[in-house]
Amino acid sequence: MIPGDFDYHAPASLGEAIALLNELGDEAKILAGGQSLIPAMRFRLAAPTNLIDINRIQGLDYIREEADHLAIGAMARESSLEESEVVQTRYPLLADTARVIADPLVRNLATVGGNIAHADPANDHPATLLAYHATVVAQGPSGTRTIDIDDFFTGLFENSLADNELLTEIRVPAPRPGDGGAYVKFERKVGDYAIGAVACQLRLEGDRIAAVRLGLTNVSPVPMRAVQAESELLGQSISEDRLEAAGQAAAAECDPSPDLRGPEDYKRDVIRSLVKRAVRNAAARSRGEHVEVSH
Amino acid sequence: MSQHEVTVTVNGEEQKATVDGRTLLVHFIREQLSLTGTHIGCDTTSCGACTVLLNGRAVKSCTAFAVQADGGTVETVEGLADGKELHPLQEGFWEKHGLQCGYCTPGMIMSAKDFLERNPNPTEDEIRWGISGNLCRCTGYNKIVEAIQYAAEKMRDDDSAEEATA
Repeated sequence: MIPGDFDYHAPASLGEAIALLNELGDEAKILAGGQSLIPAMRFRLAAPTNLIDINRIQGLDYIREEADHLAIGAMARESSLEESEVVQTRYPLLADTARVIADPLVRNLATVGGNIAHADPANDHPATLLAYHATVVAQGPSGTRTIDIDDFFTGLFENSLADNELLTEIRVPAPRPGDGGAYVKFERKVGDYAIGAVACQLRLEGDRIAAVRLGLTNVSPVPMRAVQAESELLGQSISEDRLEAAGQAAAAECDPSPDLRGPEDYKRDVIRSLVKRAVRNAAARSRGEHVEVSH
Repeated sequence: MSQHEVTVTVNGEEQKATVDGRTLLVHFIREQLSLTGTHIGCDTTSCGACTVLLNGRAVKSCTAFAVQADGGTVETVEGLADGKELHPLQEGFWEKHGLQCGYCTPGMIMSAKDFLERNPNPTEDEIRWGISGNLCRCTGYNKIVEAIQYAAEKMRDDDSAEEATA
């Protein structure tokens, strides 16, 4: 299967890329890692008439810690995230996620920016970045703006970037004392999309959950937070009853579609169970325990 | 239609060609360069039979455009042997019977090459993780893992021999 015909552009600078986007508007798609876009083009699910390849723009592949956040450049590959020491040591939710996205070959090209810009609820980073309460930086012809991740996903494969805007950076808040996170993914085999997955980022003050956010993968048409489940946990201490209540709330508020990965009821129950596991692991990490999340 | 002049160093040799924007890297390698050791399996970014090294990293060549390799390097299975002397990975697959039908083998070997460069002394689990993007329908993987273990050991020995003579 060969993609439909298109004009290929390889700008050397961000300015040039944005000028092209501004000129071509919704006729153009950005080519970053290409690991979702190229298959979509081969299946003719996408047939952009122009591709703007941002791989040749220097200096977009950074992963660096700033004063109060981790900055991930638009072209940072999943494999770089996986190999990053700062991610491994300080951002365990991100480290868990990077390990389970597709497979090693795909991760060598796939980018974090592309993973969320694609706005596929089956992708893994939407849930983790929702849980982290990340910020997206977008650049357009009139300058740069930041977008709260809660406002970023607007529909199935739709995000709040304007047609002439490019995602340039993702900012993940730096951990504070008592913070912990975990991503628990249930998949049929390596490389498959999740049957369901849960991202949890929380802060413990003593036994009490002082802050918590939960992101869900592949159980809704739009990447979602489990806000009802969060409210079952916030301000509470962790007990089996609380975890069960949160799990049941998430199972009720998600909206999975039956498919080859299972019927709706089954997926809801997977989410119920994974919420408990993700919160338990995140809490253990916030207490400084070493936890290997198995998948 | 957008056409592009590209220069790509393939297995150490500079190749100049004209490609359509939409030409996939695997089709460029197989059809324009006639290097048919790189296979097309699933055609859907799943199986890894088309794995090559692009600028040193193992990627699925069915999921990249040829024009993206312009100015870069590509390594395929044809570039591994030194004349008649097999690369340790090829030798490993031979010695340990790491293949039956052989269709996945070039991709397995190229994945393993990238992986062993990053992790020269892997555990069995790490090897299985390293080749998790490559599917094999014959072997059940055990023989492939043994082949990669054989190659890892041989490559470590070769490295230490080089250091000793340096």
